[in-house]
Formats: sequence, C-alpha cells, structure tokens
Amino acid sequence: MIKRLFVLLAVAGMAVILIPFVSGNGAGDALNNVAATYVEDAPRDLGTMNIVTAVIVTYRGLDTLGEVLVLFIATAGVGFLLKKRREGDPVQPPSEILSTGGMILMPLIVLFGIYVFSHGHLTPGGGFQGGVIIATAFLLAMLSARRLPIYSGLLTWIESVSGFAYLAVGVLGLVLAGGFLDSRLLPAGRYGSLLSSGTIPLIYTFIGLKVGTELVSILDKLRSNQ
Amino acid sequence: MIHAVTATGIILILTGLWCMLTRKHIIRIIIGFSIIDTGIHIMIVSTGYIRNRTAPILDHAVGLQGAADKVVDPVPSALVLTAIVIGLAVTALMLSYAVKLYRRKRTLDINNYAELKW
Repeated sequence: MIKRLFVLLAVAGMAVILIPFVSGNGAGDALNNVAATYVEDAPRDLGTMNIVTAVIVTYRGLDTLGEVLVLFIATAGVGFLLKKRREGDPVQPPSEILSTGGMILMPLIVLFGIYVFSHGHLTPGGGFQGGVIIATAFLLAMLSARRLPIYSGLLTWIESVSGFAYLAVGVLGLVLAGGFLDSRLLPAGRYGSLLSSGTIPLIYTFIGLKVGTELVSILDKLRSNQ
Repeated sequence: MIHAVTATGIILILTGLWCMLTRKHIIRIIIGFSIIDTGIHIMIVSTGYIRNRTAPILDHAVGLQGAADKVVDPVPSALVLTAIVIGLAVTALMLSYAVKLYRRKRTLDINNYAELKW
C-alpha cells in the first residue's frame, strides 16, 4: 500500500506542476521577437513558404543534424540488439484481399511520400514525414507479401550516401555561403515554385531517403526476429 | 480561461505517468512512455497557439504583408517535429531491448528482473 501512496504522490506532484499551464501560459496575443523575425525574414531571405521548414532546415539546422544523428544511433542500436536470424514461417499467410490491395497501394504510398518530402518548403510536410510515409508503404508490403526480400545492403548504401550528402551540403554552405547548413547556397528562385528556397528541397530529399531507409531497416529487423 | 488542448495534454501526461509507475509488464510500461510523449507534444504545440490565427505557411491566402500578425508561433511546431522523431527512435530502441530481455528469460514481467533491486 505504501507503494500506491508513492505513485499517487508522484502523479499528484506532476499535476501540481502542470495545472498552471491550463489557464493559458502560451504565446499570448502576439508572436515573440524570435518567431516574428523568422516569419518576416524566411520568405524574403530563404524563399520558403513553410516557416516551420525554414526553422528546421536552416535557422535551427544544427539541431536537425543532431536529430538525424539520434535516429541513426537508435537504428544502429536496434541493429546491434536484434541480429538478423533465419526467417521464420509466417503464422498465417496473408489473405487474397490484403496481398492484392497491398501491391496496388504500395507504389502510390511511396509516390505520396516522395511528394511530401520534395514539397516540404511549400506545404505541410518534409523529410521526416515523407520518410515515415515511405516506411509505412514497406510495412504494408511486408504484411501483404509472404516473403518480401529486403536488400539490407542496398538500404545501408542509400542511408549512408544520403547522410553523407546532407553533411556535404552543410559543409558547402560553410565554404560558399554564410555558414554551416546555410540554404542560400543555391539561388532562392521564384517564390512558391518547386525548385526554390535554395538547398532546402535538396536537404529534405536526403533526409527523406535517410529516414525512410532507416525505418525500413528497423521494421525489417523487428520482422525477421521471431 | 481553460485551454482544452493543454488540458488534454496534461491528462495524457498524468495517465502515462500512472501507467508507467503501476504496470508490471514491460510492453505496457513502453506504452505508458508513448502516452507521456504524446501528451508532451500536444502541450508544447498548444503553447504556440494564438487565437484566430492560421498555420505558419505563407501561401496566397495569408500573403506576405503583415504575416507576423496572421500566423501562430512556428518554433513550438518545429520543436515538436524534432521530438516526435526522437520519441519514435527511443521507442524502437526500447522495444528491441524488450525483445532481447524476453529472449533471455522468456518473460516480460518486471518482478522477474530483480537483479538491480535493493
């Protein structure tokens, strides 16, 4: 019973900390200085429509690099913990509807993922979201095909090359433009067109490929481990 | 004035904390972590919300003139996007530890993992 009391105390203490936020500790009526600067400068300097993308890829680009690194280390950890074993027989073969529907839907979902990461500077979306959508397409294929061959060597290759290319674009920004990961390496282009905003679409394409292949390899490792 | 979205986030955080502290099954503890994670994301997003404003995407409907008076704060959204990806990575890593633990002892009840208990 003393344990229950401690649990209750912990939850109540957390509630005491969090309850003041309910009565509105938010942004208030206006943007703060940093946010207002981002909103006003991003379209002019970088040419992005989506301000969140400008914050993620350019203004806080180093954080995003760290985020990609965390994802990479987690994937490496999963790969280290779950060594690939022989494929066990699936418990139940997929039904006709699932296998046919999966094969029809998979290319469309991959195409949508590519659309999401290549339009990250114009619409809601970006590399991480697009990569996750591509990984869901492969999850569907794993569920619907009896034995989907996943070439882990190819996945590793795509992942390494896109990670390296992301870093290379960052270093080129340091040499040729204002600083590390500066997206003004390429011209800003016409506001609102697909090939605009400097290197942001390029970086998001690399991130999309990297995140997609990483998640597919996590799924593959979890699947082939019975 | 009560912010419904913030309140939802707080309820999720408290539920997840309770779940993590009382459950004995490792998968359920991981689910509790996921619930806390979601609650924190909802709370952070709600701190950037400003009433009667739109998403920080400056298309033709918003326009460039005086955009800072029409959109919500983009910084919390960017932070949450980072947090979601990190949460996913951490959850995947925790689940693979669970697989490893299950392979060692054929059980996921934490009462059977007493090596670090004092």
